[in-house]
Amino acid sequence: MAKSAEQEHPTKAFGWAATDSSGVLSPFKFSRRETGEKDVRFKVLYCGICHSDLHMAKNDWGTSTYPIVPGHEIVGIVTEVGSKVEKLKVGDRVGVGCMVGACHSCDSCDNDLENYCPKMILTYGAPYYDGTTTYGGYSDVMVAEERYVVRIPDNLPLDAGAPLLCAGITVYSPLQHFGLTKPGMHVGVVGLGGLGHVAVKFAKGFGVKVTVISTSPSKKKEAIEHLGADYFLVSRDPDQMQAAMGTMDGIIDTVSAVHPLVPLIGLLKSQGKLVMVGAPNRPLELPVFPLIMGRKVVAGSCIGGMKETQEMIDFAGKHNITADVEVIPVDYVNTAMERLEKADVRYRFVIDIGNTLKSA
Amino acid sequence: MAKSPQEEHPQKAFGWAARDPSGILSPFHFSRRENSPDDVTVRVLFCGVCHTDLHSIKNDWGFTKYPIIPGHEFTGIVTKLGKNVKKFKLGDKVGVGVMVGSCRSCESCKQGLENYCPKMMFAYNSIYHDGTKNYGGYSNMVVVDQHFVLRFPDNLPLAAGAPLLCAGITVYSPMKYYGMTQAGKHLGVSGLGGLGHVAVKIGKAFGLKVTVISASPNKKDDAIKRLGSDAFLLSTDPAKMKAALGTMDYIIDTVAAVHPLGPLLGLLKVNGKLITLGLPEKPLDLPIFPLVLGRKLVGGSNIGSMKETQEMLEFCAKHNITADIEMIRMDYINTAMERLAKSDVRYRFVIDVAGSLSE
Repeated sequence: MAKSAEQEHPTKAFGWAATDSSGVLSPFKFSRRETGEKDVRFKVLYCGICHSDLHMAKNDWGTSTYPIVPGHEIVGIVTEVGSKVEKLKVGDRVGVGCMVGACHSCDSCDNDLENYCPKMILTYGAPYYDGTTTYGGYSDVMVAEERYVVRIPDNLPLDAGAPLLCAGITVYSPLQHFGLTKPGMHVGVVGLGGLGHVAVKFAKGFGVKVTVISTSPSKKKEAIEHLGADYFLVSRDPDQMQAAMGTMDGIIDTVSAVHPLVPLIGLLKSQGKLVMVGAPNRPLELPVFPLIMGRKVVAGSCIGGMKETQEMIDFAGKHNITADVEVIPVDYVNTAMERLEKADVRYRFVIDIGNTLKSA
Repeated sequence: MAKSPQEEHPQKAFGWAARDPSGILSPFHFSRRENSPDDVTVRVLFCGVCHTDLHSIKNDWGFTKYPIIPGHEFTGIVTKLGKNVKKFKLGDKVGVGVMVGSCRSCESCKQGLENYCPKMMFAYNSIYHDGTKNYGGYSNMVVVDQHFVLRFPDNLPLAAGAPLLCAGITVYSPMKYYGMTQAGKHLGVSGLGGLGHVAVKIGKAFGLKVTVISASPNKKDDAIKRLGSDAFLLSTDPAKMKAALGTMDYIIDTVAAVHPLGPLLGLLKVNGKLITLGLPEKPLDLPIFPLVLGRKLVGGSNIGSMKETQEMLEFCAKHNITADIEMIRMDYINTAMERLAKSDVRYRFVIDVAGSLSE
């Protein structure tokens, strides 16, 4: 007979979970495994709220099994390390992102691309090697194999750094992989939310010219004055779009709602690349003529490998890149989810776990 | 007042043209410009029939200006030289493909990528620098700027080599650009027609493992026994498609009809590339999840640059790659077009222009 969440593992843990597809989160007692020889155990101080958490809590993708403790932008302080842990020690500031395991023997894993391993294990809501379900960072303690734990540079604040673990790597990886980091290049960022605002900061960190492409004219001032974008393009304004045609080397598209690709492909220069990091759940129309006539590409990208995630966070440390966050107490989380659904946040909620998550 | 096609230019010419969207071709008298200092005159010997010719004569894409003389895979002999022409001499065996002009000053042209010049001029249905319409290779002679004329290697036959000028370069260029030349990697070729069959041959010459993906089971024998493909995947067989999931490094998609991309994306490995070369009349549906979860990409490609086209001809000459052709007389062209519409050709019609075009 399956053990309860509280009895499954030897050490107590406490968090907030969704128990059905209403997505409403509430206090939840569960347990974590003992610190294995390759494991790092840390006290969670902050956890970012990713839009994926909302999708999973409400079973939008049809893959959720309840209860779910979401959270894959987790940061904290190491309290214990296993005997085979080499790079991290007690007291270190660390983080865990979207993955906690993979097969470690396929081509992707061999190339430091655990994120593309067909057996990649998600930080929450997925079966772990031992058959138990993983629980995420809306909780007081986290245990993960060292391979999946990154060190956070000393100069990065933990609360504003947490979202880098998902949002950050999700935009950093394609900027690098698709060669959109050469100074002087022109990169477009579609959508100014959790992913989009970090994409602007990383792209500026690389020294490229950045244009934010958005349906909301009200975001212009912020994009330019606060985030450092060079231009702002209102995608619903045909004149502005026309004037910008054929000007971008690449576009990072963070929008997960269904939207037209034709105008975006038109913004690309010849040889330009449109990279999707948001995943609409219905196919989009692909106009083939412009792709062929300009040798253009539409690609996708999904987070990044662990080596790359450490590289990303070190880059963020060097360039002082953090997310713009609204720190909330854990009991605000359901309200935060409602606001997130309406994109009412500039630009990431981060739960102050350390100060506000208290077990009953 | 605009001059008639016959009076437009000083040199008389003769070919077959379509005059309306019925696409029926018939004899047509017109004229060619006098050779400018950079121009070469080519007496046309053979001209391949590309599916684009069919789309164009029927105005499938909505931008045909009638009358139209198609033909952008033609080979022949140099018969006249402008005074600045150094690259060629009289009697040289040459070919002309899809492009006959470009702006020569934009970023693409400066990088030697004339095929991506926004003002690139097509061999037919396009306006030249002098404001007149271009007429293609279903004709007795063509006047072309030397920059857009290719030397035909000696051992490459002019008839079976003609389709390389469009079909050949159209598959060769993306195979190089998208990195499909590592021996041992696995290439899927979707669609076994003019483009597809040449892609199989070139893929094998690059040392790739090649699988033909097709909805026509009767093409299996040809694919494997005649063209040298390693495997044949029937796209209408769900079990076979499932077994092939995640096995291909790249796919060259040559299918011109509207078709689903989802199943092809599924065949790709992580980081796999689907290059789409066919020009369907409507946009295709692109599922995004498979792209994101596997870092896959869909890319386009348009013929190749002049330099690359010459390189491709040398490559094909070296590896004895030519198209599989059915030679036809000019007056068979309308029947050929009907058969082409039904994919009833193995795998390219080539018109014996010099042998059958008479006024």
